[in-house]
Amino acid sequence: MIPKLFRSVITLAIGILLFFPILWMFITSFKTEIEAIKFPPSFIFDLTFSNYFEIQERSNYFKYAFNSIIISLGSTLLGISLSIPVSWSLAFIKNKYKEFILLWILSTKMMPAVGVLVPMYIIFRDIKLLDTLTGMVIILTLTNLPILVWLLYNYFAEIPHEIIESSQIDGATIFQEITKIILPLSLPGISSAFLLSVILCWNEAFWSLMLTSTNSAPLSVFIASFSSPEGLFWAKLSAASVMAVLPIMILGWFSQKQLVAGLTFGAIK
Amino acid sequence: MKNLFLIITFFTMSFTAFAEKLTIVSVNNGDMVRMQKLSSDFTKKNPGIELDFQFMEENVLRQKVTLDITNKGGAYDIMTIGMYEAPMWGEKGWLVPMNSLPSKFDIDDILPAVRNGLSHNGVLYASPFYGESSFTMYRVDLFAEKGLIMPDKPTWGEIFKFAKALHNPPEVNGICLRGKAGWGENAAFIGTVANAFGARWVDEKWNPQLTGPAWTHAFSFYVDLVQNYGPKGAANNGFNENLKLFNQGKCAMWIDATVAASFVTNKEESTVYNKVNFALAPSAVTEKGGWLWSWAIAIPAGTKKEAAAKKFVMWATSKDYIKLVAENHGWSNVPPGTRTSTYTNAMYLNNAPFARLTLAAMNAADPSMNGTLKRKPYIGVQFMTIPEFQAIGTEAGRQFSAALAGKKSVSDALESANKSAYKLLKKGGYIK
Amino acid sequence: MTYSRSFFGKLILTPTIAVLLLWIVIPLSLTIYYSFQNYNMLDGSPTGYIGWMNYEFFIFDEAFYDAILNTFLIVLSLLLITVFFGFLFASLLNSDIFLSNFIKLLYISPFLIIPSVSALLWKNLMMDPINGFGTFLLNILNFEGIDFLNEYPLGSIITMLSWTWVPFSTLLILTSLKSIDKTIIESAKIDGANDFQISLFIILPNILRSINIIILIETIFFLAVFAEISIATNGGPGTETTNLPFLIFQKGLQNFDVGESSAGGLIAVVLANFVAIFLIKNMSKNI
Repeated sequence: MIPKLFRSVITLAIGILLFFPILWMFITSFKTEIEAIKFPPSFIFDLTFSNYFEIQERSNYFKYAFNSIIISLGSTLLGISLSIPVSWSLAFIKNKYKEFILLWILSTKMMPAVGVLVPMYIIFRDIKLLDTLTGMVIILTLTNLPILVWLLYNYFAEIPHEIIESSQIDGATIFQEITKIILPLSLPGISSAFLLSVILCWNEAFWSLMLTSTNSAPLSVFIASFSSPEGLFWAKLSAASVMAVLPIMILGWFSQKQLVAGLTFGAIK
Repeated sequence: MKNLFLIITFFTMSFTAFAEKLTIVSVNNGDMVRMQKLSSDFTKKNPGIELDFQFMEENVLRQKVTLDITNKGGAYDIMTIGMYEAPMWGEKGWLVPMNSLPSKFDIDDILPAVRNGLSHNGVLYASPFYGESSFTMYRVDLFAEKGLIMPDKPTWGEIFKFAKALHNPPEVNGICLRGKAGWGENAAFIGTVANAFGARWVDEKWNPQLTGPAWTHAFSFYVDLVQNYGPKGAANNGFNENLKLFNQGKCAMWIDATVAASFVTNKEESTVYNKVNFALAPSAVTEKGGWLWSWAIAIPAGTKKEAAAKKFVMWATSKDYIKLVAENHGWSNVPPGTRTSTYTNAMYLNNAPFARLTLAAMNAADPSMNGTLKRKPYIGVQFMTIPEFQAIGTEAGRQFSAALAGKKSVSDALESANKSAYKLLKKGGYIK
Repeated sequence: MTYSRSFFGKLILTPTIAVLLLWIVIPLSLTIYYSFQNYNMLDGSPTGYIGWMNYEFFIFDEAFYDAILNTFLIVLSLLLITVFFGFLFASLLNSDIFLSNFIKLLYISPFLIIPSVSALLWKNLMMDPINGFGTFLLNILNFEGIDFLNEYPLGSIITMLSWTWVPFSTLLILTSLKSIDKTIIESAKIDGANDFQISLFIILPNILRSINIIILIETIFFLAVFAEISIATNGGPGTETTNLPFLIFQKGLQNFDVGESSAGGLIAVVLANFVAIFLIKNMSKNI
């Protein structure tokens, strides 16, 4: 009993330490600007919602949030659909180029985005994808595809070959093999890849900033407008940050069970 | 009755169908945010035009605007740009010239220095939203305590003595000055200080002068002053950080943009709002102590919304707009440094104790080639109006910041900055 | 049956590989073209062929050596920190404690924060030398405030990044721990093994696979760290926190020199590929 209590306290303490900056940001969002820069920092003060109002007044939060949701979900769905066949093939079909292909797919993620900024901008401009949700979905799918392929490949590779072989003996078609055997067994893995992809898209801040302007800008761009203005801005920045991360935090919290369950490599045993 | 209703609906719908949306991108400074708040005045006077504001910080703004205009992305109908871009882009034909504006706009009312800084070959390419120079802000109460008097036109030597006498950490620092790396942050400021010491960025043949006697003297003085009598972490402090410090009462003096004046005297934001007075930017060898900058609104060439955009530009930079701000936010908050009429307005002069000196500072700044002790081949006070300057200034800024942080010696920093400036000027074809 | 399966299996690779190929080839060819041109964005378009000058400028830039060094320092220290603390925290979370579900939420939160928000949070609210919470804590302990971002710039950046990424590795290792069969551990205990031996001989081998994945995925991200540096220190002071992606960014979006940033980008691709090959060769037994 005592050891359990002791362990719990230590674990909780570390957790609170980790979470503290977020908590502090949340608290600061309810202060006035002058209050926010007071030193020593105040823990008891008059709460105000003015920061949130001012932010909504200055930029349309809901449009940005909507864009973030569409881009994240869209690109994740597209990415998962494209990577499931690839990962399946690499995991179960004998291929002497397997290692090379995996390596090459990974290498497509190596180019720093800035290096290809101007070419990408010009291309997007010419095919009229600048500042469109479609354009953002496409580019984020492409940047996250390597990660998804690798993750799914690993989950699939965990599935014992005997199960696959016995399904083949039973006469299952490839389609049945994928839908009736592989997907159900790796569902936790797929859902965790899904979540990881959503988080990565949500947090992406380079292409979102450079290739969007008014119509398709997501929350990472919304934050940019509060990051370093003239004058005092800590309280407003905190409020804007809270608004920017709240949706994904709620999503992350509610699905953490999936996340944890999904990353179970050996659970299939 | 039903027919009337249908007719009205039809007209309203076709009206909104013709509603033009203007996308305005701007730096997220207080004056611009205020403009957004007051924009209902514009939409009321111009039904059929919708406004969509995009705010971002200066560096990001510059990246996006440059990317858009040089690649003709067409994302923005109205852009906020500065005195650096306006002449260059005007020359390239990327901006709609601001000529043939109605006389009501009174283009001649615009301060000559500002107007010249935003023009090319006499044609205005961006209408100034606000203009600034730099000057000295100081705490009268702290000065009085020590029996010190700030002259109207101080020298850097005097400032040094004051800083030493008033330095009392951690409550009060002698002087707060910029250190944060950036061509618009510390490089702009230190460049201006160098001008005061008789320096220029390059000589007539475009050879960089950072290792010359004037620059060396200016920069070692600066480092000395900041390291001994400045706040901790000064090497990372830009305008915002120093504003915060000053407003909290931690600086006895602060030399920076004239626009800071309205913030430090603002009761809502400053704990020392009623203890501040002003003086000109310090001189040394020359009297050219302050800089010149303006944030202005421009219209990219090739836009299909030129008429509507021009209407907006005129609204936002007109005398009426200044009155509008005064009515809603007080005279001390009107956008400064653009029009002579502002500075002949008794209401403004009475409510803005910094007005007189701001005007003096702006009139003293001279961006032409004669603006430094020795003639220079470039236009611009604290920057050179050439594309390569961003790289030169950024690199210089980094070196300056490193020296201020004590990580590099003054001579090493100047040597590195000079070398990189030379390479860049050679690559760009300025140095044959 | 086997023939068509194998054929179909390879066929199914083609669409995605074709798409990725296009994604790489088209922008990359333009980038290669620009890297040999003098192209300042403010000129509007490339102004002329200058051979290898961009590459020369980039490699002999004072900052290049520091950028490479810092990139590796960041990657290596973060890998060590995240794996070590990931294992530590995962073990704690896996042990028998109260409120484990709630506590788990606390541990994953940092990973969900947008990197730019995280950087702003740390730079302003936590590490500000005058008003930051860090200074507040130090004062309580009777220390003077430290200017974190100026005196320990790389350390501060690494701290921020660790805060974000330790949850990631914690989570992956935790799930791996959960999948270890408890009966094996219990029988080992009955056989008299102590905690340390259990850790070393039973637990460690089982989580090696997830550690490999963590290293691979994290390396890709750490090689590309950019947002935190750009926001918190802008590469400074001097070049102390400049890494390769940031240097490329500087050339491209601060100096607007598209030619040089393209050259830099290509150099970065080559280097990153070497790293990837090295990693995969060493991990291939576990894949």
